[in-house]
Amino acid sequence: MGRITLDKVQKKFRDVEVIPPLDLTVEDGEFVVFVGPSGCGKSTLLRLIAGLEDVSGGEIRIDGKPATDLPPAKRGLAMVFQSYALYPHMSVRKNIAFPMKMAGMDQAEQDRRIAKAAEALNLTDYLDRRPGQLSGGQRQRVAIGRAIVREPAAFLFDEPLSNLDAALRVGMRMEISELHSTLKTTMIYVTHDQVEAMTMADKIVVLRAGNIEQVGSPLELYRAPRNTFVAGFIGSPKMNLMHGAAAARHDATTIGIRPEHLDVVETGGTFTCKVGVSEHLGSDTFFHVHIPEMDEPMTVRAGGEVGLRHGDTIHLEPQADKIHRFDARGLRIA
Amino acid sequence: MATEHSRSSARIMIAPAVFVLLVWMLVPLCMTLYFSFADYRPMRATFDAWIGFDNYVSFLTSSSFLSSLGTTLLMVGGILIITITGGIGLALLLDQPMFGQGIVRILVIAPFFVMPTVSALVWKNMFFNVDNGLFSYLFKFFGAQPYDFLSQSPLLSIVVIVAWQWLPFATLILLTAVQSLSSEQLEAAEMDGAPPIARFWYMILPHLSRAITVVILIQTIFLLSIFAEIFVTTNGAFGTRTLTYLVYQRVLESQNIGLGSAGGIVAVILANIVAIFLMRIVGKNLDN
Repeated sequence: MGRITLDKVQKKFRDVEVIPPLDLTVEDGEFVVFVGPSGCGKSTLLRLIAGLEDVSGGEIRIDGKPATDLPPAKRGLAMVFQSYALYPHMSVRKNIAFPMKMAGMDQAEQDRRIAKAAEALNLTDYLDRRPGQLSGGQRQRVAIGRAIVREPAAFLFDEPLSNLDAALRVGMRMEISELHSTLKTTMIYVTHDQVEAMTMADKIVVLRAGNIEQVGSPLELYRAPRNTFVAGFIGSPKMNLMHGAAAARHDATTIGIRPEHLDVVETGGTFTCKVGVSEHLGSDTFFHVHIPEMDEPMTVRAGGEVGLRHGDTIHLEPQADKIHRFDARGLRIA
Repeated sequence: MATEHSRSSARIMIAPAVFVLLVWMLVPLCMTLYFSFADYRPMRATFDAWIGFDNYVSFLTSSSFLSSLGTTLLMVGGILIITITGGIGLALLLDQPMFGQGIVRILVIAPFFVMPTVSALVWKNMFFNVDNGLFSYLFKFFGAQPYDFLSQSPLLSIVVIVAWQWLPFATLILLTAVQSLSSEQLEAAEMDGAPPIARFWYMILPHLSRAITVVILIQTIFLLSIFAEIFVTTNGAFGTRTLTYLVYQRVLESQNIGLGSAGGIVAVILANIVAIFLMRIVGKNLDN
């Protein structure tokens, strides 16, 4: 079981309020991702849940039991750190066994769990090596192994993939998702990478300056961002946000159109413009065009084989039902 | 050191330093070696350039040799135990965030700047003195009989004086080591359910092992040659005669330069054996 409830949880460092009072419920078995730009308080929030920081106000409950004043070890949570935080002088086996040893578990049970975890994480051949002799991905797996063997109520991940290279990151992303579907344990995952959030989460919590901007499933956030911040943060490449006349035509202060919702048309179209820089990814082409309604260049997605060149004039038409409208305060107009 | 040219110019550059070092080391060493095979007693105007190994035999077979060896080991060992355990404790304390951290750290280092002779005199007259020492006042305050440290337990007294001098060194090195331990590692251990003592035993102590070996190595080298503290306090009496002090007594008190030189060479050989062992331990520790 691992249902975590935050009730008006607040964190201040001296007089600076890092996290204003905040409510959140993480259901048992859910994969929740905290996402936001760096410095938005997402790691602090995770450390509050872990018990590595004291809350300044409010209450944390784990499975309905108050956990606000419990030390980290008593909360039944396991954490995977950004730097992996492996114990360098211990072998992989001892690293994984450490939490069980501290809990005073008997040796046979320890061995059984180590074997099981090593099997699941492909670490069987490396059990007698030191962390220093392993690659980044393997170290990451050891850190996960150390968390698994405790059979915690919930896993906490603090940007676990940010030290890995791009290819490995995709692989580890899949492995963690796979792990979640086999263990069915609650997982809370902190990242600044919205791609990780979109691909892994059951529920995404978008944070800005300690405030929860929106909570929802990845597709809910993609389809109906609650405000311009979420609209700009979720989705890759970013949504095109424009003001002025283009927005006024739709009775809004700001409108947002995703690059994938702009069609290139032969004639007419809402926007007529010249092609700027284009990025050919093979499967897709993203090109950037300048229009007077936007300060930044507008991004448009087209097919991979589209024959457009720098300086060509094109006509663009947004898909009518995919236009997001926001009012003067930046909130979504339904 | 890439090209032949840079390599040869590097050799030329370090040549003066190597030359000076060699002369400074080799000349006294050769002279000691030469005297150690001679019967040289200037007060009696005896000089016999070659008497074979007689000096060595009489130095090694005298009862004071073995007892001085024991004293040396006890003294060095005692000081090492006090400075290492005390150093780890102080380093952990100083690592805690507190008010006036900078000043406290400077104060802790202060004893290292006091010259050995001065600190020994201060301890002897200010603390250990039976009539006027601070410890005597303390004992009297609690109604106890004043204790004459330097004559009742002279070896311990010298160990305390030298340990006081070297504690800052150990603390300083161990403090930097404590500070280099990643906080995430300690937090991970905390999450894993390790109480503070377990965190110290399984995380901090292994992390400090390298610094501890370095402290032991450097201190041993310096502690084998303790002299001023013994000279000022007990003059080598009451079982405080170390190997270094014995050599000094043979040369200057007995005026037997040949015998003293033989003792000096024996001390050099023993110190090198210790150094080789320590270097191997340190080397092993630095590898991983």
